[in-house]
Amino acid sequence: MDAMDLPRYHRLTAPYYRLEGRRCKRCEVLHFPPRETCGSCGGRETEPYRFCGRGAVYSFAEVGQAPRVFSGPYLVALVELEEGVRVTAQLTDVDADEVEIGMPVEMVTRRLQEKGPQGYLVYGYKFRPVMSRSGAS
Amino acid sequence: MRDVFVIGAGQTPVGEHWDRGLRELGAAAIRAALDDAGLETVDALFAGNMLGGAINGQENLGALLADAAGLLPAEAWKVEAACASGGAAVRAAALAVAAGVHDVAVAVGVEKMTDAVAEQVTVGLAAASDGDFEASHGLSFVALSALLMRRYMHETGACREDFAPFAVNAHRNAASNPNAMFREPISGEDFARSPQVAAPIGVLDAAPVCDGAAAVVVCSRDALRPAHRAVRIAAAAAATDTIGLAGRADLLTLGAARRSAEKAFAASGFAPQDCDLFEAHDAFTIITALSLEACGFAPRGEALQRAAHGCFARGGCIPLSTCGGLKARGHPVGASGVYQIVEAAAQLRGEAGANQVAGARVALTQSIGGHGSIAVTHVLEA
Repeated sequence: MDAMDLPRYHRLTAPYYRLEGRRCKRCEVLHFPPRETCGSCGGRETEPYRFCGRGAVYSFAEVGQAPRVFSGPYLVALVELEEGVRVTAQLTDVDADEVEIGMPVEMVTRRLQEKGPQGYLVYGYKFRPVMSRSGAS
Repeated sequence: MRDVFVIGAGQTPVGEHWDRGLRELGAAAIRAALDDAGLETVDALFAGNMLGGAINGQENLGALLADAAGLLPAEAWKVEAACASGGAAVRAAALAVAAGVHDVAVAVGVEKMTDAVAEQVTVGLAAASDGDFEASHGLSFVALSALLMRRYMHETGACREDFAPFAVNAHRNAASNPNAMFREPISGEDFARSPQVAAPIGVLDAAPVCDGAAAVVVCSRDALRPAHRAVRIAAAAAATDTIGLAGRADLLTLGAARRSAEKAFAASGFAPQDCDLFEAHDAFTIITALSLEACGFAPRGEALQRAAHGCFARGGCIPLSTCGGLKARGHPVGASGVYQIVEAAAQLRGEAGANQVAGARVALTQSIGGHGSIAVTHVLEA
């Protein structure tokens, strides 16, 4: 589609590929999406923080009529990460009738958008049901 | 700050206007409002619109509409606050008059949605959300509402059918509004049977894609004339919340809606129980419930119980969406906030016809954008 999508999504590789947000150096509150000013204490110094990628479904919905560059139906959710921060994402590898609020999920990297033959492929996080419970990492 | 009065109101019917574009719709509403006020021109124009650039290829609506309505060379510019653009345009006009910069101003809200295919409109509406962390992940505007609704159902134990009274009330009221898009009453069974568009949201939870324009003329006390059937803007207030839903500490409290309502009540000296009617931002039934709770018409999680008891019907404790609301009058997004003011003014002037709330003296309107990331609340007094 548009070649100028490249810098836009390149800027987002840290959060999209690694679920990297920020931690406020002053009050230690964690933020995702990343932000340069702390939304909690107003502190101006934050540092990268990589979220563990595990959490639970906080709410979910099924998209029937998809926006352009997406093809429905697919599932979307608010996921509450183990760190207590919520993230909005697609669910994958699961059917609508299998999802419920509280279901444990984990981050996987998948293709988010495909913008035509000359287009830029956008990869990023989605969440899937936890396949096996590994120990703490 | 000076007192501000609504002295003219105009609107086009809401619907699919295949023969009229942005400029014709906007100019028609402006002319109607000017005629109602008995004026030929104004000092300034504020145009509420969300999607002109995204789907009509038209920005700079201030100049477009000032030109089309014959108001040149008045100061004029567009006000954009997603689905709250109309409310924000009224607030901008009122501020200009209250500050003493202008004596007479017009706020117009206009949206032309039917010139684009559905997926293009879907992309345009999704631009009200967090582009990098919601829309880019396939979250449509409807899907974000569905996330709110699912969580609300989870926390309160409500089922889909419990949201029916809002849609039933809106359609009942629209039936006697000649400017409404959907003038057919619906039943609770119709609601329950309606197909789901983004589960748990069904067709009858959601306001339609449509075209329309509404306008109000506001002025200072000095500019009032005996012939004006003036309604005072007792308060106007706006507030914001996180752009993304994920950042809300309590997902089910619309913080901007609550804060703007609190500010509007404090500034006007009125309380929720003083209001005779409420024009809510009922784009989705879940937003109606959350807006009612944010404005103090129901405690958190209890709006559906109150709806089940008829609290929000005409004749109830706080009549809601008295001319059909966004749900059934229709939701030309950037225009809806101005339609609310037009309808509230009609109620306070005693000109709402079959939809009249008897003895209405104080009206509340709330225009919400981006699932509560912005809200504009007005209190009007007869």
